Amino acid sequence: MSARIGVVTFPGSLDDRDALRAIRIAGAEPVSLFHAEPDLKNVDAVVLPGGFSYGDYLRAGAIARFSPIMDKVVDAANGGMPVLGICNGFQILTEVHLLPGSMIKNDHRRFVCRDQTLRIENAQTAWTNAYAHGDEVVVPLKNQDGQYVADEHVLDELEAEGRVAFRYVGWNPNGSRRDIAGVTNARGNVVGLMPHPEHAVEPGFGPQGREGQVTSTDGLGFFASVINGVLATA
Amino acid sequence: MPKIIVDVMPKPEILDPQGKAIGAALERLGIEGFRSVRQGKRFELKVHGEVTDEVLATVEHAAKTLLSNPVIEDVVSVRVKQCGGNCGPGGGCGCGNHGAQSEAALPVGAEDLLA
Repeated sequence: MSARIGVVTFPGSLDDRDALRAIRIAGAEPVSLFHAEPDLKNVDAVVLPGGFSYGDYLRAGAIARFSPIMDKVVDAANGGMPVLGICNGFQILTEVHLLPGSMIKNDHRRFVCRDQTLRIENAQTAWTNAYAHGDEVVVPLKNQDGQYVADEHVLDELEAEGRVAFRYVGWNPNGSRRDIAGVTNARGNVVGLMPHPEHAVEPGFGPQGREGQVTSTDGLGFFASVINGVLATA
Repeated sequence: MPKIIVDVMPKPEILDPQGKAIGAALERLGIEGFRSVRQGKRFELKVHGEVTDEVLATVEHAAKTLLSNPVIEDVVSVRVKQCGGNCGPGGGCGCGNHGAQSEAALPVGAEDLLA
């Protein structure tokens, strides 16, 4: 069997096709899910992709979080199903309270698009177990509302519990508190981050890698991790 | 047709990049004398009938659930605008509710929402 991983398309999603493609390249079966249909189609894991759901109206992710499918996603996440939110998907996960904190406009007030180095700070989540603690990966980053914020006591709690999953290395591209690029829930099945692992999965089409231009496939580990987990429990 | 006005502002401890950009633009225009600018949101909800306690409770629920994100924003006021601005320019409706004075602060709501 192969793992079935769903990707939810919201009105204004941009990276849903790339996420489906990344899942296929990683060796799992990609399943398209739709915001208006409250049906997870028996998937083993769900990706909320990047983009600008509902045009970022009101707040990024604020309207998508009330989509009919989101009740199912929340129930499944609370039941332990792996859920990954990338960029706008991360914003949706904070709006729906599956992950703490929120994202505001970048401190430099500009859209940023670059190859970004991240450090894996927690290699025990459903989406990071194929990495080792401290691994550095290069994946694309592109956003305008990427500045991660939370109360100081929430940040302290996240640090103490090892729930800062990824940190920016070299340059903090948006002013995020404590260089946080992504976080996990306590159980480790729900993970969100602003950078885009799904854009770094195939040689020739990824960011700058150790072997030169467009060679990085560092994002594959996210999907390999969740596939490992699904197959281990199958 | 009465309207309920909800004002939402970024929390004081949250840096407001948009407000900062507007402040810098004002300076460039030579419009000076302000220590800072912060940008918020104003929502206008037209009510079908009268503004009852039930309607206000619904608006409070809406303000906390969708209109604001308590991690980064505060609901700073909820208030009623009686005539809804449908009486034409300059009023003529006798409602006395045009202009700034029309937006009377509510006895309930705002304080509760700040808690």
